[in-house]
Amino acid sequence: MRSLLLAVTLLLLPLAVWGEIIHRERSLYQTILIDRRGAELCLQFSIRRDQRNQSCINKRNPKKMVFSYTRMMMASLLLNPQPRRILVVGLGGGTLPTALAALLPEAIVHVVEIDAAVVRVAEEYFGFAQSEVLKVFTQDARVFTKRAGSRGETYDLIMLDAYNGDYIPEHLMTREYLEETRALLAHGGVLAANTFAVSRLYDHESATYASVFGEFFNLRLNKSANRVILAATRALPQLATMRTRAARLARPLSAYGVDIQDYPSSMSRDADWDRNARVLTDQYAPANLLNRD
Amino acid sequence: MTALIYVLAFIGGFVIMSLELLGGRLLAPYFGNSIYVWGSIITVFMLSLSFGYLLGGRASLSHPSIRRFAIIFLAGACCMLPLVYFAEDIMNWVFSFLDDPRYGSLLAAALLFVVPTVVLGMISPYSVRLLVRTTEESGNVAGRLYFVSTLGSALGTLGTSFYFVLWLEMNTILILLGGLLILFGALAWLAPRDA
Repeated sequence: MRSLLLAVTLLLLPLAVWGEIIHRERSLYQTILIDRRGAELCLQFSIRRDQRNQSCINKRNPKKMVFSYTRMMMASLLLNPQPRRILVVGLGGGTLPTALAALLPEAIVHVVEIDAAVVRVAEEYFGFAQSEVLKVFTQDARVFTKRAGSRGETYDLIMLDAYNGDYIPEHLMTREYLEETRALLAHGGVLAANTFAVSRLYDHESATYASVFGEFFNLRLNKSANRVILAATRALPQLATMRTRAARLARPLSAYGVDIQDYPSSMSRDADWDRNARVLTDQYAPANLLNRD
Repeated sequence: MTALIYVLAFIGGFVIMSLELLGGRLLAPYFGNSIYVWGSIITVFMLSLSFGYLLGGRASLSHPSIRRFAIIFLAGACCMLPLVYFAEDIMNWVFSFLDDPRYGSLLAAALLFVVPTVVLGMISPYSVRLLVRTTEESGNVAGRLYFVSTLGSALGTLGTSFYFVLWLEMNTILILLGGLLILFGALAWLAPRDA
């Protein structure tokens, strides 16, 4: 019976792929498309559809995180289960900040998003809502980071999700930017970054993170195009510690479709990149040119 | 000699646009990569070039010579190379008191690029003066000069955005651009003056 169901699903899949575009606008920075496929609503920044350039919600189950990389970002809670102040760079449909604000009611969540149109669309179509504890700053993340740093602000968790696949803001992928971001982290603070795993950029990006954070966790699930970097200002936790934390987080996170207990064993400290790759700096930042293949 | 002046006009165009593109990258860490940062840079370059044209025209009135022309290139290099050392401090300073990234990037772009771009803007009108012999050919000469200098600008833009930033650090590119100005300035200085 189950295999029959699977077969029917697979047959119907091509139909579902042809979604309907319900909103299209050209903002100052990009083309924003909203595409509906059944109950699934996706925010895309390009006509070409792939996992890298969109953010989706399922209207029937809006909590559930549709993409694996979004779920993988939640692994940051294994490094610091109780962040009080959180910064998310890049809003998209607002999935991550909304989930964090709901899961951690005592936390303050700040979001930096450069494009006011993305904020509007997230509010209108994706049920994103700002509140006392969930606030969006519409500005360039590099400028926000520098200003927050000079004001002496700190965060316990910073999530970087500003690259939409087709275009990487190059000034957000340099050693100096990561140093400024690291300086924003409180003692024991954690950085989670959704990054690239396929192109030549993988080596350069890894080398850049290593130059700022030293050892970090690489989270990759079965060769997906994404990997999530998890770094901390303190020593990384042991596997046993993370397993204990995962067991405690499993229940609250299950509503989001996050199987957090699968993650600890997929988090590797191995430096599996070319150690000779050039570190990206403000002086040398051709991230998009390195991300061609 | 004529050929050398065309080559110099080409180099001038090349350096100006390469510098303009690097400007965007230089400002990004402080003011972001938004449309208004590019707006600031393009405004500053256009304004500086326009005054450079005026100044270059004025300078060509008294005793125009290839040696004086060479000085424009050497002066351009001297005004540009300090960017390598002082750009960070200047941007830090602007960042510290101007909150609005629009006016911050405008002021920073002005402080960094007005002087070198005004100097480089003098090249075009001065080369017209050096090349024009008769009224009849003046339009043709000016047309050719626009052609080579704008061609230089196009290649400077393409080379910088497609390749130089992939191969080299930004300061290295700046130093090479300055070196190019010095090299061709020196060639012009040493060129035989019989023409």
